[in-house]
Amino acid sequence: MRTIAVVALCLAAAACSRETRNLRPAPTRLALYGSAAAESTLRPGGAPAAPPVENPSYGNAYDISEGQRLYNWYNCSGCHFNGGGGIGPPLIKQEWIYGGEPANLFDTIVKGRPNGMPTWGGRIPENQVWQIVAFVRSMNQEQPQSATPKRLDTIEPNPQMIHNKVAGVTK
Amino acid sequence: MSFSAEAAGPLPYGRGSVRSRARQQAFLRFAPALGPLLLLTACAGPQQSALNPGGPEAGRINVLWWVFFAVLSAIFIAVMAMLLWSLTRRHRGLEQEPLEQAHIPTGETEHRLVRTVAGATIATVLILFGLLIASVVTGKAIARLGENGKPLTIELQGNQWWWYVRYLNDSPQRIVVTANEIHIPVGRPVQIRGTSQDVIHSFWVPGLNGKRDLIPSHVTTVWIQADQPGRFRGQCAEFCGLQHAHMVLWVVAEPEDQFEGWMDRQRSPSIQPVDPDKVQGYHVFMNNACVFCHNIAGTTAHGQVAPDLTHLASRFTIAAGTLPNTKGNLGGWILDPQNVKPGNHMATINLNPADVQPLLDYLESLQ
Repeated sequence: MRTIAVVALCLAAAACSRETRNLRPAPTRLALYGSAAAESTLRPGGAPAAPPVENPSYGNAYDISEGQRLYNWYNCSGCHFNGGGGIGPPLIKQEWIYGGEPANLFDTIVKGRPNGMPTWGGRIPENQVWQIVAFVRSMNQEQPQSATPKRLDTIEPNPQMIHNKVAGVTK
Repeated sequence: MSFSAEAAGPLPYGRGSVRSRARQQAFLRFAPALGPLLLLTACAGPQQSALNPGGPEAGRINVLWWVFFAVLSAIFIAVMAMLLWSLTRRHRGLEQEPLEQAHIPTGETEHRLVRTVAGATIATVLILFGLLIASVVTGKAIARLGENGKPLTIELQGNQWWWYVRYLNDSPQRIVVTANEIHIPVGRPVQIRGTSQDVIHSFWVPGLNGKRDLIPSHVTTVWIQADQPGRFRGQCAEFCGLQHAHMVLWVVAEPEDQFEGWMDRQRSPSIQPVDPDKVQGYHVFMNNACVFCHNIAGTTAHGQVAPDLTHLASRFTIAAGTLPNTKGNLGGWILDPQNVKPGNHMATINLNPADVQPLLDYLESLQ
């Protein structure tokens, strides 16, 4: 009886990959994609079709919260705001112009798109692009609820308000 | 201290028994080990010690510390002495009394008991009140020390896991922004107005004052003043995440003229490099993820979420005091920040090996 309980506990503990933090990804995952993100699975010369691209950050709570931080730090919120869009299109939607699958979102970020989406490939490491993709998918409820953050991690997102408060301009 | 067994052979309990003798021997053997514990008072070196005060606030705290130490050591020694004495006192016929009978004290013993307990209680209350008054007096004295002199106001924001420093001034072109290293003039009171960008941190430079929490959405103030030139090391004193242990702050106290010279240099923007090596380094900086987060005045890099790098080479540590600021350390930090501070928010970027030395040359030119 005790053996069964111990074995069950070990299996349960081994399944908790949601909270794994990969702080030092392998160097290949830090590569900077130029325009190497593939849009088509067809390959000339009879080479086997490339396997479907999966988001390595799917279901990982740390990666989704890092994606939330990078979404603000790399100023995605400057055009897309908190998913509702403004200068740029909203990111919480059903109809995606260039596709809403993780591979499509990765493409969009790395290659840029017409009418204002910058090319981030060559600037942001690949693993961080996947983290942002995971966060954008989480905004659309495509990530497990157990891994999705419910609110912004910072309490006061407006730095100017902090400066004003410290200088005594506002209480 | 004699403990000869009087009954037939040593009993397992009571005076002179095997166990009590063993306990006394063990105590005597380990008592000298307590002496070196006093050396813990010098932990973290003299640059970060509340017992090495650099200013009036820390001086008051230091005096209070020694008052507490003296009073409490005296009490400790008295209590230990009484314990040892009681271990050697003769019992009055306890071994002859069967344990089932209640031990009813005589009238005289009863009086003695009441007097001892009452005396000890009154002494304790008086001592505690005395210490309380000492504490309150010290606290009030520290709070009042900032009111004289020409105060300097510094805004301090705790981030995970670095310090944002901004010298406030009524005229905006005299504002200085830096990170992780505060310079103050000797002899002038400095008001630190602190807040946090994310979680609760705590400003603690023990050589200058006690701790003051940096709480998001609130502004907390603390006064520091250095009476001698020197470097004071401080740390974040409120657990704030993975790299809380590597969130070090240096306060450098220097004479007024040196301080003004430093402020003037910090106010000047960076100069566009002309040396081709440094120009290449500048382009490496601009074409990578560095520009998203860091600010270098005089260039188009205006990121606000990471330490200001305009005068990186003028600081003597990097990564919030984790590493001394040398070329090798800077290179190691940029190429693999997660090795130095795992979990910190600096992106790990793959640099072309040919770009590394030019980038370091450019960053070293940011005096």
